Amino acid sequence: MSLLETDGERLLTALLGLLARKGLVSDAELQERIAITDKASPGQGARMVAKAWTDPDYRSAMLTDGSKAAEAIGIPMRGMPPLGVLENTPALHNLVVCTLCSCYPRAVLGYPPFWYKSAAFRARAVRDPRGMLAEEWKTVIPDDVALRVVDSTADYRWMVLPLRPAGTDGWTPDQLAAIVREGDMIGVTVPHV
Amino acid sequence: MTFLPGDAIRVKDDWPESRGPVHIRTPHYVRGVAGHVKKYLGDFPNPEDLAFGRPALRVPLYHVAFDRTAIWPEHPAKDTLLVEIFEHWLEAA
Repeated sequence: MSLLETDGERLLTALLGLLARKGLVSDAELQERIAITDKASPGQGARMVAKAWTDPDYRSAMLTDGSKAAEAIGIPMRGMPPLGVLENTPALHNLVVCTLCSCYPRAVLGYPPFWYKSAAFRARAVRDPRGMLAEEWKTVIPDDVALRVVDSTADYRWMVLPLRPAGTDGWTPDQLAAIVREGDMIGVTVPHV
Repeated sequence: MTFLPGDAIRVKDDWPESRGPVHIRTPHYVRGVAGHVKKYLGDFPNPEDLAFGRPALRVPLYHVAFDRTAIWPEHPAKDTLLVEIFEHWLEAA
């Protein structure tokens, strides 16, 4: 029987047994990693965005070093690729894609949505981004706003810091985080009230 | 690190996949295209070697910006692409 035909549960048990017997990974480390993976979700990125919208110092720290900024609010980044943050402005909109595979800032956004890995998204995001955003997401980038497509090809992972929408004056960070969706942090949508 | 932010570069018009099995992180659509260095991102083990389990030297990685019109002339002039590219794929332009 080849490795690919092996029952997944048995294979996992055997692998875990070997890792433990050879002293490569402790049970505590495994549990920590599982907990980190379970905790990773778009809610984490949304917390960062909401804090950046309400705290100028945090905003500039986040744009300088996304990983440090994530850790500063309790998001575990150990062993994760460095996180870069792309700032949307009134004159610039960012869209993240990984044309080569499916690189995604999992620590702060969790598992990628199914379409992020599709050949159609990966191809059209670079070939016809304005048309794709308008047709598939009803996100129309105005003509006077530059669109920047960020192809995530190597060791960084990228998230978008969207613009804070109008009508949110005086909102608390929790209220703001609740309106930030994963698509807003990929750049296919923008937050709205 | 050879290049500085703002430096004009061109991505090598090289197609190693035509010569045998490879793992490359330089998208085909920027090969041979001129752009400029936006930022130096750090040194990382060369994925072209890592993918084959070979010893991998740490190589400089840059964020490189391209005008969309350099690749697709019909696109809006202000739109850009930003791509992570390793130094050995870049030449001064």
